[in-house]
Amino acid sequence: MSRYKLKKQDVEDLVTGAAILGTGGGGDPYVGKLMVLQQLERGKEIEIVDMEEIDDNAFVVPVAAMGTPVVLFEKIPSGKEAIFSLNLLEQYFNKKVDFISPIEAGGINSTIPLVVGAERKLPVIDADGMGRAFPELQMVTLHVYGIKATPMALSDERGNAVILDTVDNFWAEKIARAITVRVGGSAWIAIYPTTGKPYKQAAIKGSISLAIEIGRVLREAKASGRNPIDALLDLTKGYELFKGKIIDIKRFNVGGFARGEAVIEGYDNYKNSRLIVRFQNENLVAIRDNEIIASVPDLITILESETGKPITTERLKYGLRVLVIGFPCTEKWRTETALRVVGPKYFGYDIDYLPIENRMRKISTLT
Amino acid sequence: MTKYKIGIDVGSTHTDAVLLDENNRIIYADKTMTTQDVTSGIINALKLVLENSKIRKDDVVAVMFGTTHIINAIVQRKGLGKVGVIRIGLPATEAIEPLLDWPSDLRTVVLAGSAMIKGGHDYTGEPIMEFDEEKAKRVLERFGELRVDAIAVTSVFSTVNNEHEVKIKEMASRILPNTPVVLSHEISSIGLLERENATVLNAATINVMQNAMKALKTALIDLGLSHAKMFFAQNDGTTALAEYILRFPIFTTIAPVSNSIRGAYVLTGIPNALVADTGGTTTNIGALVNGYPRETLEIEIGGVRTNIRAPDLLAVGLAGGSIVKFHNDDVSIGPLSVGYRLIWEGIAWGGNTITATDIALAKGAMYIDDPNCKIELAKEKIPSKMIDLAYNKMVSMLEDYLDRIKTRPEPETVILVGGGSAMWPKKLKVAKEVIRPEYAQFANAVGAATALVGSTVEKAYSYEKIAREKAIQEVSEEARQRAIDAGAEAGSVEIAEVEEVAMPYLPGTAVKIRIKAVGKLRL
Repeated sequence: MSRYKLKKQDVEDLVTGAAILGTGGGGDPYVGKLMVLQQLERGKEIEIVDMEEIDDNAFVVPVAAMGTPVVLFEKIPSGKEAIFSLNLLEQYFNKKVDFISPIEAGGINSTIPLVVGAERKLPVIDADGMGRAFPELQMVTLHVYGIKATPMALSDERGNAVILDTVDNFWAEKIARAITVRVGGSAWIAIYPTTGKPYKQAAIKGSISLAIEIGRVLREAKASGRNPIDALLDLTKGYELFKGKIIDIKRFNVGGFARGEAVIEGYDNYKNSRLIVRFQNENLVAIRDNEIIASVPDLITILESETGKPITTERLKYGLRVLVIGFPCTEKWRTETALRVVGPKYFGYDIDYLPIENRMRKISTLT
Repeated sequence: MTKYKIGIDVGSTHTDAVLLDENNRIIYADKTMTTQDVTSGIINALKLVLENSKIRKDDVVAVMFGTTHIINAIVQRKGLGKVGVIRIGLPATEAIEPLLDWPSDLRTVVLAGSAMIKGGHDYTGEPIMEFDEEKAKRVLERFGELRVDAIAVTSVFSTVNNEHEVKIKEMASRILPNTPVVLSHEISSIGLLERENATVLNAATINVMQNAMKALKTALIDLGLSHAKMFFAQNDGTTALAEYILRFPIFTTIAPVSNSIRGAYVLTGIPNALVADTGGTTTNIGALVNGYPRETLEIEIGGVRTNIRAPDLLAVGLAGGSIVKFHNDDVSIGPLSVGYRLIWEGIAWGGNTITATDIALAKGAMYIDDPNCKIELAKEKIPSKMIDLAYNKMVSMLEDYLDRIKTRPEPETVILVGGGSAMWPKKLKVAKEVIRPEYAQFANAVGAATALVGSTVEKAYSYEKIAREKAIQEVSEEARQRAIDAGAEAGSVEIAEVEEVAMPYLPGTAVKIRIKAVGKLRL
């Protein structure tokens, strides 16, 4: 299946999957889900295409929302913001956009390109630039592969639109963030404009289908009385990291980021053991009894143990019974260059990255 | 002359009534069955109090209700008004139409028509666009033709700047002078869809409240209580005059639950504790913080996501009537319950269903003052090994639920209330002390009868535009004024809570300020 149209059930499943891939951050995709469902309700179509379908010379532009979730939940978008951005980029390059792409597989930004695709009747590529959620514009595989974030366009719901051309992708992040605040705390961006060939080398393939598949597997397992977590771990090649009760939550607001840690006391097989999950918007490091068992860029997700629902970092609280799972990120994040952008050291943890598979293998040989 | 208050609580099976003197001493308490229409059960309970307490009717100054009229109407989709929905925020917000996420049967009943208009504000208070007065006028005229029962108005960031919502109200007072207009900034907080939903539900239930009040007022006149003021309990543990509640019926949806938590405080004098209210089918577990229920940010009402302030609550199917089942060496308790049929179906009453109450009776943990309840039956029919197994299980379930509502590891005081609460032991693992006060079974009605008049106002500010002290003063003043509107004696109003929350990921100076003002009843 190289091209297909999204159905209502796909959207529900995708949002479940996006919350899991959001690793505690990325914003609650509830508003995003409603935006997509509204498009389908209005009779619009959302077409998903396989990455391999993209012509080497096709003009590909990822789109995303930027800013704070609080504003997005109050000033609901018009859904047409990104069209101003796309139009401006088309003018600038003097050519039409052929495909749009998600930049983030987790959280609310997994749904934004679908809204744009429906409004602009543009196919959406089944791929993204993170395979999860991250907080900054340069934390994208496209950046690691040398694609420039700019010229990028940013616009608000009024129709204000700007083109940015910056010396590097870090400056794109800084300037775009400042403009976003000025237009009211949320903006829509068209960024990392590129052509098919470099895009296909850099992007993470199959992100939309993976999110949908995660949602579907969980839903079907629940409906048939099977253990949804086993099904999820099978699909993502993931690991159950811990089971327990949250006994402490510490939060610090550092430089506008919601940093903190959750202390989880184990039960069942994890009795007499403790897990600490450190987060900054997203869950970043999991430490069991002083030993690191998983770290960014691998994915760490905390689920409510009874319902299997993922919990965002702002909703972590004392007393919650949780199941912590971890799964491997894309190989594209595991190079030395990539780890400089998204490895534990970038987030201020003085530890070396080891793939979660290696850490797990080490633990299982020890015990 | 002693001034008396009557508190009424409508539960799922029983309607309770208590009579208090002006020092909040309980003079009389009684209960009767809840009726399907709610109102006739309330009248029966009032009659019981008046006939048995022998006080002079003239001395009753207030009747204070904790009622389920509104939640029942929403859940059953009965008697709801048709609402004209206005959202101000275009070109923003167009991506999701009003009521998109509602259960379709409820939407069909409630939605008369909806319109989106240019206007609204940013978090800074700057307008998104100029307010489209022409369109607003046309929409209001159309709502007139559609004969809407009420209008719900929600503007983007009206918690920062409410001018466009207020504008619609002014226009409607000329174009549709007799139609109630509900403004979202008076209902709840940031989160457009949740606030809009709450505003529409409020608009849809004004009719319901009007009818309920009319019936209750007639009943008071018939009972010789026409001079008594009517108050209705609110979700936040305070109360308000009937006239005020007529504008804000949504504030009563889950008040009975808050009343039991508040009642636990009044009966014990302990302001910070965990409270478990055990009835026949459900145990509601909440927390008392400084004498009021701890609140949560989101609550679903009748399948609709809203953000009205409501007690943070764990409702579990573990109560007096919970059905006990044995499977080999294991046992399960609830969530199925025999409910009010306990006194026919329970083992101790000669029935055939083992309930949590039977287990507690057989264990010797409780005693029931009812000649038809025979503890021996429970002891004979349930093997003693099973009794211990089941009792230990239900206690550890309660302990586990209590632990979930805690916010810190230290043991807390646990207050047990409700008709089924006698079955619990005097010691619990999570508790530094377990208290089951006298009149525990009437905690809800006591909470309703002793509540202070209150109002909560929440607004958002950017401290770049206004000094912090000035912002807090502004919200305090508004809360104080609303408490007076709600029936508080002006001189008695105090600020009970101030909460200031920074809005994440915005420049450090954007905050939400929430202030609760409370005062004595104006009688």
